[in-house]
Amino acid sequence: MIRTIFAVYYREMLILRKRLTRQIPSWSVSPLLYLIAFGYAAGHSVQVEGHSYMAFLIPGLIAMSSMTQSFAIASDINIARFYWHIFEEFQAAPVSKTAYVTGEVLAGMTRALLSVSVIMILALVFRIDLHYNLAFLTGVLLNSFVFASLAVGLAMVVKSHADQALLNSFVITPMAFLGGTFFPVDRLPDWAGFILSFLPLTHASSAIRTACLNGKSDMGSWMILLVTGCVFFIIAISFVEKAKD
Amino acid sequence: MPAITIDGLRKNYKSLTALDGISLEVEKGELFAYLGPNGAGKTTTIRILTGMTRFEKGQCTINGFDIRTDENRAKAQYGLVSQAINLDQELSVKDNLLIHGLMYGMKMPDIKRKTEEMLDYVDMSDRLNSPVKALSGGLKRRLMIARALLHDPAILFLDEPTVGLDAAIRRRIWGLIKKIQANGTTVFLTTHYIEEAEFLADRVAFLDKGRVVTLDTPEKLMQNIGAWAIDRLTSHGMDTVYFKDRQTAQAFNMENAHQYTLRRVNLEDAFLAETGRKTESQQTKTNSGHTGHSSHSGQSSEHSGHTMHSSEHSGHSEHSGHSGHSTHSH
Repeated sequence: MIRTIFAVYYREMLILRKRLTRQIPSWSVSPLLYLIAFGYAAGHSVQVEGHSYMAFLIPGLIAMSSMTQSFAIASDINIARFYWHIFEEFQAAPVSKTAYVTGEVLAGMTRALLSVSVIMILALVFRIDLHYNLAFLTGVLLNSFVFASLAVGLAMVVKSHADQALLNSFVITPMAFLGGTFFPVDRLPDWAGFILSFLPLTHASSAIRTACLNGKSDMGSWMILLVTGCVFFIIAISFVEKAKD
Repeated sequence: MPAITIDGLRKNYKSLTALDGISLEVEKGELFAYLGPNGAGKTTTIRILTGMTRFEKGQCTINGFDIRTDENRAKAQYGLVSQAINLDQELSVKDNLLIHGLMYGMKMPDIKRKTEEMLDYVDMSDRLNSPVKALSGGLKRRLMIARALLHDPAILFLDEPTVGLDAAIRRRIWGLIKKIQANGTTVFLTTHYIEEAEFLADRVAFLDKGRVVTLDTPEKLMQNIGAWAIDRLTSHGMDTVYFKDRQTAQAFNMENAHQYTLRRVNLEDAFLAETGRKTESQQTKTNSGHTGHSSHSGQSSEHSGHTMHSSEHSGHSEHSGHSGHSTHSH
């Protein structure tokens, strides 16, 4: 089991290593633009919850980036399924569904950690001092676990690349902007805050921001992310069977 | 115990019946060819046997392990060369084999040893570090075969292994397949290149519309229709006349001013005769009112073989003086 998990994970890492020189700039561009446009230009003199808007924004960008990059594993799986047909190799091999999903989720989480590292470096460049402690790491790992598990599950049921693009447009993009990334959710009306509390990213932003700004743990958000991640993970395992004709 | 057992296999894609109660057994060490026109159900069968496609009815076992209830142990018994090139194009030859070995639970020293052994086996030792995307189509196929054999499977599934390759490379792959069988591996081959099955197979199953229409050795399948053939153009298109012996065929040719070329019967003739049979019997009922097979006494018939134009004959004819049935319009 460990060896087959490693096989799935190692394959993704080999491919990532090949693309790393292209990936790092792509991971940098969006956060850099958000930091310049919203943080440096528009929010230069704005204070949020007693911190500069830049300091408020960076944990949100970390949450957003760990979400989008862990979810991006779905695109890689779909390329393997529909374009290169490599997924058939996994289907035909004695690789259990649990091993396959675990390997892919770990790969998604690794991507997320690397993209978060890029934002941490950008924060250093902008001289924003934040707490990068165990609570921060826990928040990032749980968030990437949730979205990598969701990605693997959805990648098993989509029928084409176009379906995958639709999921990005209707699920990930709205969540990226509404999940407490750019503004505090409690500034919205109660009904809106209630709806947004169902988004995992809202809790991830809260957990990561609490750790970054105050150096504290947000146990409530952690538990919600852990339970959500486990549910998505189990669903992903059951969906591997659906990828068969 | 057979290497592969398929019993009453049935698969539907919505309203389309892809496999309609397939049953067969493949013996250990056998090279079994599964032959059929496009859409007959060849790839569906292989995908079911290799756990990639679900099925509604029936049972499949691989070396005694049920593909549905004992999936992972069944999967450990075989290697698969898919119809599509499914290599990791961004990775090297070595990395492709490494990942495959890890998937099959092999230890690193074993993977390294078998990688060298398999690349030598397919004559690609100098390509160890080459990126896959730089390989030619033939080399990619050979690499897929090396990969499928890396974990020493008892059974090798080859799904159209030479499709899209030129004649010289195809023959090279044939030699490799023969070598694999000679080493004791059971080979299950699907192909629509009939000469491939004729050259390679111990036994051949003809598949048509999701059913096995016949299953025998290539020699017996060919003997069933005769030994010699003449292809000729008629007002209906091209048809083939079959003869039990060369003399009868030559006599027929003399009657027709030697305008035709005589050739040996091949597996394609047997295939077309078998897969055309159902259509013929349907035409029998609708076109001419004949039922069943018509028998001719060889030399007394118009010619000493028979053709199968639906407007002339319905059903296939059996000529006692020569080769039996067949006929088809191309």
